[in-house]
Amino acid sequence: MISALDRKLLRDLWHMRGQALAIAAVMAAGVGLFVSQFATQQSLALTQSEYYAQNRFAEAFAHCKRAPRSLLERVSAVEGVAAAEARVVANVTLDVPGLLEPAVGRLVSRPRSGVPLLNDVYLRKGRLLEAGDPDGVLASEGFVLAHGMELGDRITAVINGRRRDLTIVGVVLSPEYIYSIRDGEFIPDDKRFGVFWMNEDELAAAFDMQGAFNEISLDLEPGANGPEVLAALDRLLEPYGGVGAFERKDQVSHWYLSNELAQLRNIGIAMPLVFLGVAAFLLNVVLTRQISVQREQIAALKAFGYSNLGVGWHYMKLVLVIVALGTALGAAAGAWLGTQMVVIYTEFYRFPFLRFTLDPVIVLQAAAITGGASMLGSMGAVLAAVSLPPAEAMRPPSPGRYRPMLFERLGLQRLFSQPMRMILRQFERRPAKTFLSVLGIAMGVAVFVVGFFFLDTIDYVIDVQFNRMQREDMTLTFNQPRSLSALHEVKSMPGVLHAEAFRAVPATLRFEHRSRRLAIMGVSNDSSLNRVLDAKLARIVIPEQGLALSRKLGEVLGVSVGQRLQVEIKEGSRPTREIPVSALVDDFLGMSAYMEIGALNDLMREGQTISGVFLTCDPAGHKDLYERLKATPGVAAVNVKQAALKGFTETLAKSLMITTIINIMFATVIAFGVVYNNARISLSERSRELASLRVLGLTRGEISFILLGELAIVTLAAIPLGCLLGFGLAWALIEHMLDLELMRFPLVIAPRTYGWAAVVVLGAATVSALVVRRRLDHLDLVEVLKTRE
Amino acid sequence: MHTPTSTAVFLARGITKVYRMGEVEVHALRGVDLELYEGEFVVLLGPSGSGKSTLLNILGGLDIPSAGSVTFREHNLTQATERELTSYRRDHVGFVFQFYNLIPSLTARENVALVTEIAQNPMKPEDALRLVKLGERMDHFPSQLSGGEQQRVAIARAVAKQPDVLLCDEPTGALDISTGKLVLEAIESVNRELGTTTAVITHNSAIAAMADRVISLHDGRIAGVQHNTTKLHPRDLNW
Repeated sequence: MISALDRKLLRDLWHMRGQALAIAAVMAAGVGLFVSQFATQQSLALTQSEYYAQNRFAEAFAHCKRAPRSLLERVSAVEGVAAAEARVVANVTLDVPGLLEPAVGRLVSRPRSGVPLLNDVYLRKGRLLEAGDPDGVLASEGFVLAHGMELGDRITAVINGRRRDLTIVGVVLSPEYIYSIRDGEFIPDDKRFGVFWMNEDELAAAFDMQGAFNEISLDLEPGANGPEVLAALDRLLEPYGGVGAFERKDQVSHWYLSNELAQLRNIGIAMPLVFLGVAAFLLNVVLTRQISVQREQIAALKAFGYSNLGVGWHYMKLVLVIVALGTALGAAAGAWLGTQMVVIYTEFYRFPFLRFTLDPVIVLQAAAITGGASMLGSMGAVLAAVSLPPAEAMRPPSPGRYRPMLFERLGLQRLFSQPMRMILRQFERRPAKTFLSVLGIAMGVAVFVVGFFFLDTIDYVIDVQFNRMQREDMTLTFNQPRSLSALHEVKSMPGVLHAEAFRAVPATLRFEHRSRRLAIMGVSNDSSLNRVLDAKLARIVIPEQGLALSRKLGEVLGVSVGQRLQVEIKEGSRPTREIPVSALVDDFLGMSAYMEIGALNDLMREGQTISGVFLTCDPAGHKDLYERLKATPGVAAVNVKQAALKGFTETLAKSLMITTIINIMFATVIAFGVVYNNARISLSERSRELASLRVLGLTRGEISFILLGELAIVTLAAIPLGCLLGFGLAWALIEHMLDLELMRFPLVIAPRTYGWAAVVVLGAATVSALVVRRRLDHLDLVEVLKTRE
Repeated sequence: MHTPTSTAVFLARGITKVYRMGEVEVHALRGVDLELYEGEFVVLLGPSGSGKSTLLNILGGLDIPSAGSVTFREHNLTQATERELTSYRRDHVGFVFQFYNLIPSLTARENVALVTEIAQNPMKPEDALRLVKLGERMDHFPSQLSGGEQQRVAIARAVAKQPDVLLCDEPTGALDISTGKLVLEAIESVNRELGTTTAVITHNSAIAAMADRVISLHDGRIAGVQHNTTKLHPRDLNW
């Protein structure tokens, strides 16, 4: 049996359903974001750990040039090593039917026994390799799907200058290549990069690696001392051209995935908090109004003996019903959104299975946070209701204290009409309320700016990265360092307009106890194709001595300009040197270390040696150049900028676009929620006054002006404030949430973003104004005058 | 007719009340001594601003005096906590307000149920409504009822808990004479049939004729007390 007080609650709610729904929608936006981000994060993390376990993803890795198989036993004997697996891994150029430019294939050996100890693949289709499978390969699913290939299809690999046909016998996925990118790129490009598993004997023979390996993976004993094992491994591999062992956390695919999970968590917290803050604020406003309207009802309830707790709980329940509605809507929206996000993720991250699971705990957390924020937001209003002395509530509230205002004291009143004075006095009499209204709408503007500015940022990053820094058309990487003559060879290829050499040397950078493995990029200061730029897009001149680091790399290593890094080169004569940091570069993608190419050659004690070439080419000569490159033995990889850019814009931008659309939808919900509530509250607060004016002979237009003029002024004041708030929020987001090793976003907000925010809020204001206007037109004059205020 | 006994239900001594209204200090009561007896029908008569509403609010536990003491039976209302006042109102007092103070979102029956749900020994809401002759209109919302009907719902709501005292603040103030009489009849019958101690405040001296005792208030003080030897039935009143 539902109590009379609860009936009142339900009918009050029904009466204010528009406003309640608007608030619930704002909450739902916050809850939806929270639920979708966290559920996606959790789904991905669970899938990840399950996948890793099932396929025995290794815990440490090391690459070397060529080590004898017999070394494996000594590696296995290192304390803390549970299992060790040696492999031959090689990058080759692929000639794929239907693809003009050469693609990169990574060939990975599988042991004769057929089942590797570590890093096993997941068979999606076809069969695993058999002993007598000279040209059979297992191909990565991404590549197969990107080319629409079938089992039995052939691809041509250029191995040591010889073309070799490989037959796809199975389609697989690997925990090592969940995020499958080739060296030097950031976004997966499944069309131009594929991984292929081959029988060890065949692969070793093709690369002259019989009885040898160039990559080793380890599983560690529980509680093993990781750094010590890595150091031991480095010592063992040192004579064989080891380039530095690393743990799973630095494995490329794992590292990207971890970054993504961290980002999901950050966004999952930051954005919903903004939404829930706004919702709490709205609740406060609406409830305060509701309570002031129900002054006499509250007094009557108290007169009948309802306790403070009873009255407080009654209004709190109103809040909780809205919270429940918002949470339910949000959870449903979040679940839907989560499944959509998972679909997007499967384009970037290749899992054999990726189920979207929605842990009820996440929904409960969302409900608790929403409930908490709302209770906090409405606490003030409820306390006001509770502390209302019944006898006082019986009396009409004393008339508001209006005074001549600033402009009147300044003698400016002649400038304003009577209605305008009413509007202005309203503001000046209740500055706090006015400020809160302005703040509320400003939040709507701000959320919109935050949701939208990502697009500006991405545009900017693309422009800087792909137009200003990387000005080459393609990058060739040789399979081993070459003399400068290789540059001339490339220059003479068909269609090549301009070519510049670069040197990339694997190294470990150490500062105090922190270290990073990467390739030091040797570039020329007069390079016109690859330029290092600072935050203001001015060219950074790399000093003759010293390293220029990504600012993020400097942070990670804890090093600042002028301090000396220990640089351990992992190639050639493997020198170790102390090199000062001469500049920190505000770049956006990845973490880089630059040196002047001559200085790097000197450090390596080598002559003019190069690792690859940046080049521009004649658009008409592409085809010939590609054909030539496919047949050139020394070229390990060809990265075509246009293709990378296309990959970048198509995949990353697509996912960002979806996020942005969601943000915009939610921001619009907020803008409408705030503006509409504001208008409705002003209307109910002042309908009696306005009806009296109508009775005195003012027209509908004139009384509308008083109310809507107020709304217009509040909205107009809110727009610049909201832009400012939006800028601040975006800055905080960039600074604290999106400062990742993988990517940093510069704070770029285009004028169009502010423009759109203003347009949406003005639109919301116009619609709300129309609703209010309609109601003003239907004011019941007689009824209003009969009731006591 | 119910005869008032000599037991004093309320005992008020030297009560004063000062409150602020906006920027003005209002001396609503300036030292009032008063007793109300079991089962008696009292009219507190006075012009607007004489302090009669304030007195009623203090008797009803809605307000506490600035100075002086008020007791209801063994309850000291001047030193009661908020919680004690709440349970005093809940258990002993029925209120009728000049502007009815019905909850607009609840029907007549639900408005009464609002009180019976928290009372110790209530009548059924339906019975209370029949007592004020509104048995036919129980499921109407306040907006569908006339002013007199709304006030009768308010009376039903006040008496449904079977209170020890019924306090009515200008119950006919917003009503025309014939509707007002219907409302007064309802109050009179509650006093007579249930023996509820009843205090009605009004500025309408005509109503005084239906009381056992008339206490006149002027400018926050008691200006006079008059015992009616014969009481008029509300239908015989005229104003």
